[in-house]
Amino acid sequence: MRRITMTVNGREITCEVEERLLLVQFLRETLKLTGTHVGCDTSQCGVCVVHVDGQSIKSCSMLAVQADGRSVTTIEGLMKDGEMHPMQAAFHDQHGLQCGFCTPGMVMSAIDLLQKNPDPTEQEIREWLEGNLCRCTGYHNIVKAVRQAATAISRQGEART
Amino acid sequence: MTELLVGKSMKRKEDQRLLTGRGRYVDDIRRPGESHAYFVRSPHAHAEIRSVKKDAALASPGVLGVFTGKDIQRDNWGSIPCGWVVTDRYGKPHKAVPHYALTPDKARYVGDHVAVVVAETYAQARDAAELIEIDYHELPPVIDLATAMSGAQIHDLAPQNLCYDWELGEQAEIDAVFARAHHVASLDLVNNRLAPSPMEPRAALAEYDPAQESYTLWSTSQNPHMLRWMLSENVSGIPETKLRVISPDVGGGFGMKIYCYPEETTCLWLSKQVGRPVRWTGDRSESFLADAHGRDHRTRVELALDDKGIFLGLKVDTVANMGAYLSNYATSIPTYFYATLLAGCYKTPVIHCDVKAVFTNTSPVDAYRGAGRPEAAYLIERIIDVAAMEMGVDPIELRRRNFIKPADFPYQTPVHLIYDIGDYDASLDEALRMIDYAGFPARKAESKSRGKLRGIGVACYIEACGVAPSQLIGKMGAGAGLWESAQVRFNVTGTAFVLTGTHGHGQGHETTFGQIVADMFGIPIEHVELVHGDTSQVPMGMGTYGSRSLAVGGSAIVRAAEKVIAKGHKIAAHMLEAAENDVEYARGWYSVPGTNRKVKLTDVAKKAYIPVDYPVGLEPGLDETAFYDPANFTYPAGAHIAEVEIDPETGTLKIVDWVAVDDFGKVINPMIVEGQIHGGLAQGIGQAILENVVYDSETGQLLSGSFMDYAMPRADDFPNFKVGYTETPCTHNPLGAKGAGEAGAIASPPALINAISNALGIRHIDMPATPQRIWRAARAAGAADAQKE
Repeated sequence: MRRITMTVNGREITCEVEERLLLVQFLRETLKLTGTHVGCDTSQCGVCVVHVDGQSIKSCSMLAVQADGRSVTTIEGLMKDGEMHPMQAAFHDQHGLQCGFCTPGMVMSAIDLLQKNPDPTEQEIREWLEGNLCRCTGYHNIVKAVRQAATAISRQGEART
Repeated sequence: MTELLVGKSMKRKEDQRLLTGRGRYVDDIRRPGESHAYFVRSPHAHAEIRSVKKDAALASPGVLGVFTGKDIQRDNWGSIPCGWVVTDRYGKPHKAVPHYALTPDKARYVGDHVAVVVAETYAQARDAAELIEIDYHELPPVIDLATAMSGAQIHDLAPQNLCYDWELGEQAEIDAVFARAHHVASLDLVNNRLAPSPMEPRAALAEYDPAQESYTLWSTSQNPHMLRWMLSENVSGIPETKLRVISPDVGGGFGMKIYCYPEETTCLWLSKQVGRPVRWTGDRSESFLADAHGRDHRTRVELALDDKGIFLGLKVDTVANMGAYLSNYATSIPTYFYATLLAGCYKTPVIHCDVKAVFTNTSPVDAYRGAGRPEAAYLIERIIDVAAMEMGVDPIELRRRNFIKPADFPYQTPVHLIYDIGDYDASLDEALRMIDYAGFPARKAESKSRGKLRGIGVACYIEACGVAPSQLIGKMGAGAGLWESAQVRFNVTGTAFVLTGTHGHGQGHETTFGQIVADMFGIPIEHVELVHGDTSQVPMGMGTYGSRSLAVGGSAIVRAAEKVIAKGHKIAAHMLEAAENDVEYARGWYSVPGTNRKVKLTDVAKKAYIPVDYPVGLEPGLDETAFYDPANFTYPAGAHIAEVEIDPETGTLKIVDWVAVDDFGKVINPMIVEGQIHGGLAQGIGQAILENVVYDSETGQLLSGSFMDYAMPRADDFPNFKVGYTETPCTHNPLGAKGAGEAGAIASPPALINAISNALGIRHIDMPATPQRIWRAARAAGAADAQKE
């Protein structure tokens, strides 16, 4: 067992964990943050994507102990003042989700895309999302949602400057 | 008066929780004291189980128990049933082979359930499972569909591994037609095996309450009532009154989550054995091994035509893979959901179909999005293109010559079904317009100038949805009626619960059904709460599959709402001091025409629960239940056109354009319907060019057992889809709706394979048309052309 401390959705958490515990199990089982899902066992599907120190990672391919001292954001940590993040809002507006199981990972991954490329083309969005599988939507409306969020976030940025 | 919501692209009510991490899927639910089950699965495709040594596992830390099939059998738990009896060509029922939750005697596929370990944690259960020693005696596995009937016998009940040999149509009649044909086109094709792969793996959580002697089972099920019924009547003997099945949020199903599975059955049994809640959540490897797969047919199809290209007869000979056991509806898929669709959109007067269903040492096969109908549409639309090519007729023109025309409806096909309505030319016209079919030759020439091969392919499909009229399917051997129930329960304050026996797992039922009810009652959609997926709350219902939820479940809701309005009529007449006949109802208001007297339905509801000044004989309450049994299937149809560009040097395929024009009858929420089309297209395109379940033909090991090996479609595999509609409302249900869930998966494989064949100038290429297959076909076609020159 190892003692670890990390910030999860803005809250500092200290826990004793088994060394073999995956970050996704730590989030789901220990912290009961069940918004982050598990959809495969080969790190292909991306339903477990969260942010660690602002970068998207597949939380099934990282140990909880590796997140010691770092800052983790999950889908539960995106809302601010009761408002959805522009990416969440865009998925709602564009019908970018059906069963909702891939959605948290998809949203977290897409937010990171816009951090790295604020104005992606449709093709760039499709290529970025290669590591996130969705079986319901055919991706069509997910791509539209990411485009909408890109526009919304760049407007927000303009409004601030 | 508020705006009507039906027909509007309302954003979904279910999104808020799903987008913020507050969805509640089975694996998100925690019960106090829960334990974890891990299944020991057969590593062999076909083997006798001689002994199972549990001692070391039982001594392992945290282990609560280790059990085998013999342990469950001692409790007299029965076989998981196949509920659809198919009568073979000799009048005998199909071979109903037993399917126990844990196999007691023999492993019949890689992944078959041999033992289960229950422990305090999942890791402990999994660690302990490694310590179980099983002595297997390996038998020769039966894998290849083509030779399955001459392989080792898998079930004592089924000689030659034959489940049934079934026939539809008259042999003499079809032979006569073929004898006088001007042309016969024939084709051998494979409908490839698919892994449905919803993103949420199957899961179960079972809890026994010794005080009530009752069980609760949380399951990732598309139809909790059917699951309860099968578990109660066929498997466990637990009365339905003592068994509650809950399907909470479910992460996609696509048919695969309809069935009663060994894992949830075992968890239910274990919950009493170990006296603790028992949880099992499958990992993806288990999904690939033990989820029911889809399709897997080998077919020879022949189409007889006269000299004008009129279809005279269709002859189909199919071998369908059942896998190692019969999943709940497996027998019906290659028969009553397949052969009955072989008329397609066409006036083919004589149809004959032979189906041999065979057992193999592979995972069970059952319904997957479309279920039989994609297999039918694929062979019809492929053989038409082959015939057109061979006869030198334009494939569009050949289809039009044979279409059932609007004046022909209702149309009795030679294969049982009566189509109520449709307009196939209209859909085709719109699709051709949307893709600029006339401009295709110029686009092809432009591609050629860059060394690329461009192709275009059309598919005109029909499907039977709104599953299903009980009497008709009863004649076909169904052990259940496929009506649907609804209860509309007004509350004192004017809000309403709508309880439905269908189950939403991505389809947006809370929104679509909310729109219908809000319009009928003139109340905000926020005041309508849908309740589904809980057998202890909802009246007996039949679940969600076969594009039935709106056409059958929605119609039941309409009927229940009408009963509420009718009951309200009596109360309103009393409140308005008018005769019942003088009161009219429109969207939330009862009024007496010609006067200013009116009362709101919500006030009527309040009065119904506070009947202090009621007249004698008027019943309190406003809460009505309806059961709706459809008069016929519904028949969505449409035309899809794919345009592709192939690089003959590499075999790479680019889908450059896709048009889907569908006639779903009346559409309640176009946004949701469009999402259904997109998703169906993705799965159909996946089948056509990417996905394939592959077992090693000698050992029966699953070679495509992970997302690294099974080619799931990804975002950059698709173009943007163009979606159009035509509308002929269904004639026999109150919504005029036909159902939209499966169309994309039915229409797209033939459209895409037709386009690829067209680009390459070849008769046929089997699915999945991978770059390697396309490259080989392009090389062969190129070599043939060179020889001609």
